[in-house]
Amino acid sequence: MRREAHLGDRIFYLLLNGVALSVLMLLGAIAWQLIHLSLPAIHKFGFGFFSSTNWDPVQEVFGAGPVIFGTLVSSGLALLIAAPISVGVALFLNELAPRRLAEAVGFLVEMLAAIPSVVYGLWGIFVLAPFLRITVEPWLSGHFGWLPLFRGAPYGVGMLAAALILAMMITPTIAAICKEVFRAVPQSQREAARALGATKWETMRLAVLESSHSGILGAVILGLARALGETMAVTMVIGNRAEIAASLFAPGQTMASVIANEYAEASGDLHLSALAFVGLALFAVSFAINSVARILVWRLNRNRGRDF
Amino acid sequence: MVGLLIGCAILALFPLFSVFLYVCQQGLPGLHVNFFTSLPKPVGEVGGGMANAVLGSLILITLASLIGIPVGIATGVYLSEYGKTKLSMILRFCTELLAGVPSIIIGIFAYSLFVIPMGRFSSYAGGAALAVIMIPTVARTTEELLKLVPVHIREAGLALGISRWKVTLIIVLRGSLSGIMTGVMLGLARVTGETAPLLFTALGSQYWPRSLDQPIASLPVQIYTYAISPFEEWHQQAWTGALVLVLFVFILNLTTRMILKRHAPAKD
Repeated sequence: MRREAHLGDRIFYLLLNGVALSVLMLLGAIAWQLIHLSLPAIHKFGFGFFSSTNWDPVQEVFGAGPVIFGTLVSSGLALLIAAPISVGVALFLNELAPRRLAEAVGFLVEMLAAIPSVVYGLWGIFVLAPFLRITVEPWLSGHFGWLPLFRGAPYGVGMLAAALILAMMITPTIAAICKEVFRAVPQSQREAARALGATKWETMRLAVLESSHSGILGAVILGLARALGETMAVTMVIGNRAEIAASLFAPGQTMASVIANEYAEASGDLHLSALAFVGLALFAVSFAINSVARILVWRLNRNRGRDF
Repeated sequence: MVGLLIGCAILALFPLFSVFLYVCQQGLPGLHVNFFTSLPKPVGEVGGGMANAVLGSLILITLASLIGIPVGIATGVYLSEYGKTKLSMILRFCTELLAGVPSIIIGIFAYSLFVIPMGRFSSYAGGAALAVIMIPTVARTTEELLKLVPVHIREAGLALGISRWKVTLIIVLRGSLSGIMTGVMLGLARVTGETAPLLFTALGSQYWPRSLDQPIASLPVQIYTYAISPFEEWHQQAWTGALVLVLFVFILNLTTRMILKRHAPAKD
């Protein structure tokens, strides 16, 4: 009887262990397949692939420069917009708002954040892009036209639209993690600050923000990871042209959007391979960024656990 | 300063609301029975629906669930019940990383596994891509909720001489069925709106799904195709499709919340 139970336990454990290990193997298999698919492009272009700025499927010349540029600009701009707003939202919800209101707003944000990316894209095409084309971009080029950033014809779709829609989509992510981080700050710290005569704002700055630096950084990095891989909404509003332009009004292309746009209709093997190479780079980058962010958040939790 | 923070909250909420309002306003007029019962009409003809895409999405999600749910639950159980070893720490980390892999990359992966060997786009490829995306969501939720089962309940079972696997299956899993349902539904909600990995695996189609080794329509891809088309009628259909998709995801999320609320350990 005892031996039987023992055997059952072993089988059960091995079964679960095997399934769980398949997750590990899945990650490995994804990397392996991506490398395998990109081999022709790696042989043909080498590492010059990432610095070359010519992406021309017709001539079968592929360089990832424009799509890397597009990814960096759209995600970077999105972070610049979303990070301060998200921290503000998290502070508001955690420190200021009455509990009922905070719960209601938190619930709304969570629901709206679950709206699929393709729906954001649809909204982007028919609401955001016309708004930018008719109102925002003419105003920007009228007042700040001396900057090369805001020159050129206002198309509506383009880098600016992509950055704005990304900012919208990553704000709930960053705000949710920041809220967790702020909530983990011990109440005694806030009380200490208040006891020293700090105002509400000073309390937030000294007691909450000051001790949450690495947590906020982790949240922002996770937001960045989300922005880099975001595909559909960006594909629908960025204009899809693999060019490097100084103006934010100009159409662009990101690493994810070029794959979404061209993979199904790729003309030749080299084209497919070049797209897979872009995918491999995107995979490596998001792998690295996610690791860093996870480790940051994890270490934060561990340290807090030790101190209190 | 307080005003600034309130401003942030409004600035963050306003566009999100705008998306929701537009989807309702533009989508509602097209929401007829027809939408769910008839095939898309060619450009220029009035009417038609996305019945094939709705059915296609259901088929793809079912295929994905067949693999994604059992693997996800098993991984979650392993992480929660045997989660103290070094290996399981690594596995937990890997689950997080898998959740962070952009879904379009998973699409390329499924393409290489199914589309290249079979020589054509198929439901299998689309379902496989969605399954991979589903696994980490189901696994993480299952793990979190199994951890809520108090240790003394497990110990009580063991003290009665029940073997560990039976304790896990009969006591821990049975006791947190609602938790597992939550994981499953969050997984479903996650893949329902996925578009990017389907673009070059399931591809899309204007006809009823015929066989699993053929390209198949899906609601998100249909919305995308119609949205970037130049035709007014198709834009209208895209909005209605978006409304259906959003409602479906909302219902899944709301149900999850209700289950969680009912079973969450009492606060205060």
